[in-house]
Amino acid sequence: MMDAFFWGASVFTAFSILIPFYRSYKGPSVFDRVLSIAAIGGKTIALICLTGLYFDRLSMFLDIALTYAILNFIMAIVLAKYMERLSEEETK
Amino acid sequence: MTYLQDGLSIFFVSAGIFFMVVGSIGIIKFPDFYSRTHATSKVDTLGIVLFLGGLSIHLGISQNSAKLMMAIMFIIIANPVASHALARAAY
Repeated sequence: MMDAFFWGASVFTAFSILIPFYRSYKGPSVFDRVLSIAAIGGKTIALICLTGLYFDRLSMFLDIALTYAILNFIMAIVLAKYMERLSEEETK
Repeated sequence: MTYLQDGLSIFFVSAGIFFMVVGSIGIIKFPDFYSRTHATSKVDTLGIVLFLGGLSIHLGISQNSAKLMMAIMFIIIANPVASHALARAAY
C-alpha cells in the first residue's frame, strides 16, 4: 500500500515541479527566472528522496539530496549578489 | 502501531504535496516579483518540510531518518534566506 502511495506522491511532485518552468520561460525579469529555478530545485530534493525510496538505496540518495540542497542555496545566493552588483554598476 | 505510522506518514506527505502545488501555482499566478517571493519562500518551505517529515515518519528511527532531519533543518534555514537575498537584490 505504501509503495503505491509513494508512487502517486512522486507523480504529483513531478507535476508541481513542472509548473514553475512556465515562469522560468516567460518571466519578465531575470530575478523571476532565478526564483523559479530555485523553487524547482527545492522540490527536486523531495523527488530525489522518493527516488531513493523507490530504488531501495535511500542512504546514498539522501546524501545526494543534501548536496543538491546546498548547491541550490549557493546558486541563489551567488546569482543574487552578482545581479545586485550588476545593477549597481548600471546606475553609476 | 504500524497503522498509526502509515497514517501519519500519508497525512504529512499529502499535506506537503498540497503545499508544494499551491506554491507552484502561486509562482505563476501572482502579479509581482515580490509577491512571487512570498509564495516560494514560505509555502514551498512548509511543503518540503512536511514532505520530508512524513518520509522520516515512514522510515522510523534510523540513520536515514537522522539524515532527513539534517536536510529539514538546512532547508528551514536556507530556503527563506535565498528568497530574501533575491528580493533584496531585486530592490
